[in-house]
Amino acid sequence: MSNPVLTIANLTKRFGGVTAVSDINLEVMPKETIAIIGPNGAGKTTFYNMVSGRMQPTEGKIMLDGKDITGMPPHKISRLGVSRSFQINNIFPEMTVQENVEVVLSAYHGHSRKLFNIASRNTGIQQEAVEFLKRLGIDSLKQQRAEVISYGDKRLLEIAMVLATQPKLVLLDEPTAGMTPDETRRTTQLIKKLADSGDYTFMITEHDMDVVFNLADRILVMHRGEKLFAGTPEEVKNHPEVRVAYLGEEDDEAVEEANP
Amino acid sequence: MKTKVLMAILAVVIAGLIAVPWIASYFYVFIFTEILILGLFAASFNLIFGYTGMLSFGHAAFFGIGSYATALVLIHLEWPFLACLLVSMGASALLALMIGFLSVRLNEVYFAMLTLAFGMMVFAIAYQWRSVTNGSDGLAGFTLGSFGLGLDLTLANPSVYYHVVLAIVAIASVVLYVICRSSFGMILRAIRQNPERVSFAGLNVRTYRLVAFVIAGTFAGLAGGLIAPFLRVASPELLHWSMSAEPILMAILGGTGYFLGPFIGSAAFVLLETWITTYTESWMLVLGIILAMMVIFFRKGLLGTAIDWWMEVKK
Repeated sequence: MSNPVLTIANLTKRFGGVTAVSDINLEVMPKETIAIIGPNGAGKTTFYNMVSGRMQPTEGKIMLDGKDITGMPPHKISRLGVSRSFQINNIFPEMTVQENVEVVLSAYHGHSRKLFNIASRNTGIQQEAVEFLKRLGIDSLKQQRAEVISYGDKRLLEIAMVLATQPKLVLLDEPTAGMTPDETRRTTQLIKKLADSGDYTFMITEHDMDVVFNLADRILVMHRGEKLFAGTPEEVKNHPEVRVAYLGEEDDEAVEEANP
Repeated sequence: MKTKVLMAILAVVIAGLIAVPWIASYFYVFIFTEILILGLFAASFNLIFGYTGMLSFGHAAFFGIGSYATALVLIHLEWPFLACLLVSMGASALLALMIGFLSVRLNEVYFAMLTLAFGMMVFAIAYQWRSVTNGSDGLAGFTLGSFGLGLDLTLANPSVYYHVVLAIVAIASVVLYVICRSSFGMILRAIRQNPERVSFAGLNVRTYRLVAFVIAGTFAGLAGGLIAPFLRVASPELLHWSMSAEPILMAILGGTGYFLGPFIGSAAFVLLETWITTYTESWMLVLGIILAMMVIFFRKGLLGTAIDWWMEVKK
């Protein structure tokens, strides 16, 4: 039995009188894909923001590979191996698709400290960038300016950038949000392929239950900042309280499934 | 093909610049000396403005301290000119490190205001520390001795001084250009477009902003060291906050998205000022109208607009 990549203990975030995340405990094992679901406002993004260093937890501990990373700034957490994507597209719009990945790669390899090389002649980094684009199936767009490619392709580019730092833990925040059904299917397949390759440990938040049940080995269900339930997709599907939380709050698909 | 044409144009421009003292009057030798020095000042500013996205309102502090450093060394130590310039660069790098350390942690308007405040403080010190800076009169009465490196140059001759300025500005520009095209420069461009994403790639954005700020300050100090012997005085006006506006105007006029934009902006600024002031006193009014037009209609500046137009024609 290997050690967990990520250990979260009693993680809590309060904004004034509001508790956004309350006493979450979680262990993420290497190479597994864990999904965090819950209605809007359940605290998923706040949870991500604490793990990636964008927000300081009020209480609790976050351990990466046994090392305490609680409250570290984002760049340090990223260096230690946590890489995240965002709900909204977060790319470098005026650079080419390939350059977007090159930025992350030169940060990762420490080339970013070189003042007197010529970046456009750095063939090693360029080839590596193309490799990552190929893995996401968007290498044909490499010379395009990032702002002109389609919304779905931008989301894939973000995943390529997230993977380029060779992370121990990949956090994807609603990777298929705003995608067309076709793009969603393509993206889900890609993530599944990456997860099955055994190279990555994924943590995913997602609204689309098809995507979640398709990808996740384990699911953490959050409700009003608290852990409602954690288990396998099968267990979650059949858990009465989870159904109630979803039935009451927002997920119409769950209603349909419950009353066929 | 595109690069060949650009290289050809650049070669012609450089040849033209070298030939200025032989084909133009002394008056234009002075004008072109000023264009080159202010162009370097504006190009150093554009490293933080156009590339990194930091709008500093205090860049004249480094230009000014560079000019004072050269003046002081010439008056008290009579060192060769090259050594004076190195002292100028060192002094402005140190000042940029101090001001930058306190400023780069803030963003946008707060950064702009803080750099403005520090710029005003430096001005106040130069204005009131009479025993060292000679107050509002500034430091004058220094003469250039040798250049250094055993080169026998008559720096008092405006044509010789022009060629020295041209060589130094050219070398400094190549260094700045390489920095802009380096991996480090790529990170600076990334920071301008999306600083948060850069920090999530594992880089401390503040450190990169500080390094860029110090490099920009150092080259502004070099430009300042070149302007003191040219004006024959190092005066508080050189570090007044209105002087900080000049590189901003030049960069926008020429085009912030291009390395050579600020140099084009400097040429346009100085030449227009020279020509327009022979006809009318209201040079600032004309400059204001031109700038408003640039910002409203030609965001890419003179150089960017010219390149776009040329690409259109070629199609």
